Amino acid sequence: MSVGIAEAKRERSERRRGFLLALPSFAYMVLFFAVPLIIVLVYSFATRTSTGSTALSDWNLDAYRKLGEPIVRNVVVRSVILALVTTVICLVVAYPFAWFCAHQRPTIRNLLLIAVMIPFWTNFLVRNYAWRILLSNGGPISSFTEAIGLGETNILFTKTAVVIGLVYAYLPFMILPLYASIDRLDRRLIEAGRDLYGSGSQTFRRIVLPLTMPGVIAGSILVFVPSMGAYVTPELLGGGKETLLGSYIVTQFLTARNWPVGASLSFVLMAVMLVSTIVYFRSGGKNL
Amino acid sequence: MSETITRRLPAWALRTNGAVVLIFLYAPIILLVVFSFSASRIPGQWGGFTSEWYATLFDDSRLQRTISVSVKVALVSTLLATVLGTMSALALERFKFRGRKVFDALLYLPIIIPDVTMAVMMLMFFSQAFDLLDSVFGIGLSKGFATIVVSHVAFNIAFVSVVVRARIAGMDATLEQAASDLYATRWQAFRFVTLPLIAPGVLGGALLAITLSLDDVVVTQFVAGPGSTTLPVYVFSLIRKGVTPTINAVSVIMLVASLILVAGSVGLQRANASRGRQQLRTPGGTS
Repeated sequence: MSVGIAEAKRERSERRRGFLLALPSFAYMVLFFAVPLIIVLVYSFATRTSTGSTALSDWNLDAYRKLGEPIVRNVVVRSVILALVTTVICLVVAYPFAWFCAHQRPTIRNLLLIAVMIPFWTNFLVRNYAWRILLSNGGPISSFTEAIGLGETNILFTKTAVVIGLVYAYLPFMILPLYASIDRLDRRLIEAGRDLYGSGSQTFRRIVLPLTMPGVIAGSILVFVPSMGAYVTPELLGGGKETLLGSYIVTQFLTARNWPVGASLSFVLMAVMLVSTIVYFRSGGKNL
Repeated sequence: MSETITRRLPAWALRTNGAVVLIFLYAPIILLVVFSFSASRIPGQWGGFTSEWYATLFDDSRLQRTISVSVKVALVSTLLATVLGTMSALALERFKFRGRKVFDALLYLPIIIPDVTMAVMMLMFFSQAFDLLDSVFGIGLSKGFATIVVSHVAFNIAFVSVVVRARIAGMDATLEQAASDLYATRWQAFRFVTLPLIAPGVLGGALLAITLSLDDVVVTQFVAGPGSTTLPVYVFSLIRKGVTPTINAVSVIMLVASLILVAGSVGLQRANASRGRQQLRTPGGTS
């Protein structure tokens, strides 16, 4: 029995050690992350006064109601469409690429994966800026299309430019999870499908696609969510002509000074992110 | 090899797609470097070779100030985030304690939260906190270096913690038990067994943190003060006003800095792999 007591005592002191080890970062995360998150939530129910300051006394859903107004709704719809288009393009380009990587010799496979990782590590602003130069009027792409007789292309400051920039920024996020799930795929299942006279497309639809679905879902979430809230890319490549969600939120804070509306939109954005993450974990994904 | 599929999906199509993806990923970066040496005043046009734009960088005092702020922010925030992140990784992987699940969930959020939301959170928090401090204690604070560092640490703890946790999870716990069986104190076991084993993870986490700190535009833009702007925020505001050859040159310098960090992390992974093999031969042979 005394052994049991000593054991319990030991376990309690272990728990205390663990807690003390976690305490500094736990406290930091509560103060500088959880509290700010709660402040945003509280503000989203507040009212903007005529002077541009925020009145917290009068709780209401005005800021959320404003999301239904045509201006805000258009911004949200436009952002969702652009993020969807980006996700689909990434998926269509990345799937065959990930497949290709998974079927190479280990040396080449590793080189290809490093080649995908390097742009992911290089400075985000610089990567967007590079496209600004490439797409500029009289820039390399425009001169190229002119030289081959297609005429000048002026796609800078259009939706197309924004989508190109977003695909460029987030393509590695699609390739890596797809590669992980394709690599894990048991090749014998494909052979079995073929042995049972399944056509190529049948085998893909019934066997390969369902088995690599976790990768498809993970990649899609990793591309869709940041595309939805993107700010730097639309500003630099879209020229701020057509406002997207990220820019709209920033404007509410830095120029329009309508904090409640900005706060409610940020919260909606985060809700989209949380729901997608939950969907991902439910669908059998283990790690992001 | 699954020839069944490759027969259907022609190999040349896959190879072409692969080549297109690689060109798509690298052409912009390479062309940016090329155009930074172009003598033309229009940033996207070739007008002969010059290194003039790099020379103009050294005369720009505003630019130099923002570079020094960026470097200081990156170093301080990385140091803090690495220490805090490693401590939380050890606590979460090696201990059970009250509030563990809440802490675990809290550490996932900064990784998946959109930049803009994080920026809004930090802006609102600091403005509230400063109002409170001013009215209660009469302390007047304003946004600047400290607020940038605090915000960067707030998102970087989570990233460091994830990288270190992956390393701890792949580590042999019996080595620590062996140390304590040999009468090592807890501190000795940590200092001579655990720490050397998790060191590559800690270093990898620190490299990620420094990269993210140097990358950040959105959060920093919200919490920077008038006198303390980081390089990316300054360059971002310049680009919005219009592109110039000087921005090309600055971008290439930022590119080189981030490539050095990539080289560091790729090298670390390789060293990591070979050291792992060595440890199998001589367990505990690190000191």
